Amino acid sequence: MHLLFFIVFAGFCLAGAINLLLQSHPINSALSLIVVMVSLAVLYLLLGAEFLAIAQVIVYAGAIMVLFTFVIMLLNASREERTLGSRVALRVGFPAVVAILALIATVILHAQGLGVARLSDGITSTEELSKVLFTDLLLPFEVTSVLILIAILGAVALAGHDDRNPHGDGERTGEK
Amino acid sequence: MNAFLSQEVPLSWYLLLSAVLFSLGVVGFLIKRNLITVFMSIELMLNGVNLSFVTFAHQWHAVKGQIFVFFVMMVAAAEAAVGLAIIIAVFRARATLAVDRIDRMKL
Repeated sequence: MHLLFFIVFAGFCLAGAINLLLQSHPINSALSLIVVMVSLAVLYLLLGAEFLAIAQVIVYAGAIMVLFTFVIMLLNASREERTLGSRVALRVGFPAVVAILALIATVILHAQGLGVARLSDGITSTEELSKVLFTDLLLPFEVTSVLILIAILGAVALAGHDDRNPHGDGERTGEK
Repeated sequence: MNAFLSQEVPLSWYLLLSAVLFSLGVVGFLIKRNLITVFMSIELMLNGVNLSFVTFAHQWHAVKGQIFVFFVMMVAAAEAAVGLAIIIAVFRARATLAVDRIDRMKL
């Protein structure tokens, strides 16, 4: 059963990721990224991480992807134009990707002592997780909340309307 | 049927899937020509790395690996908010999302 679930959802995951690369319209890419994220949530559940599976659906597939689709629709992003890209990406980038993938795959396939995952493995409960999070790792948790606050302020400062310019953004694009 | 139910998956398959997802993210970063899609490729890379964190947490029965993924998610949420705000600001100044046309740091 575990094998079946793994094959199905790993397949969804890879299909979504490849579709993200092939689609030329950003909204199609965003929808295939949602497929990738939801299948990853199922894989997390198979590995016994129930809290992360739910958080993946809520935070990634929910909040972040809603933000992405919202921005795509707000900016009315159209079909991207295909260009050849930079020469550096072609000559250095792709060989480097292949080399890194080959290296990681070799290391993983030769690694000793990697176990197996079964459905009967048991689940890390949210209680267990939160005990560690709110005792040992309380300071990083609070620091992250400050980070989120700064991110909110930064987003508002960057994307908010410039009040000193009463004519809005149409004026600013025209002036250069 | 019982033999089918008790089938197990080697953890190296999960790690391989995570490596492939990361590489697809890098390829997307290199070939996509739309600013938003490039940003989505970065999210794909983050997700690939998260999968290997969860796999290793399962391997060593360590809760802290899962908590690390939780932190990565929070930082990714903050990064997405700031990144998309920057994309909106760039679009306002340039009226384009094509990365080939955005060649100056100055807004």
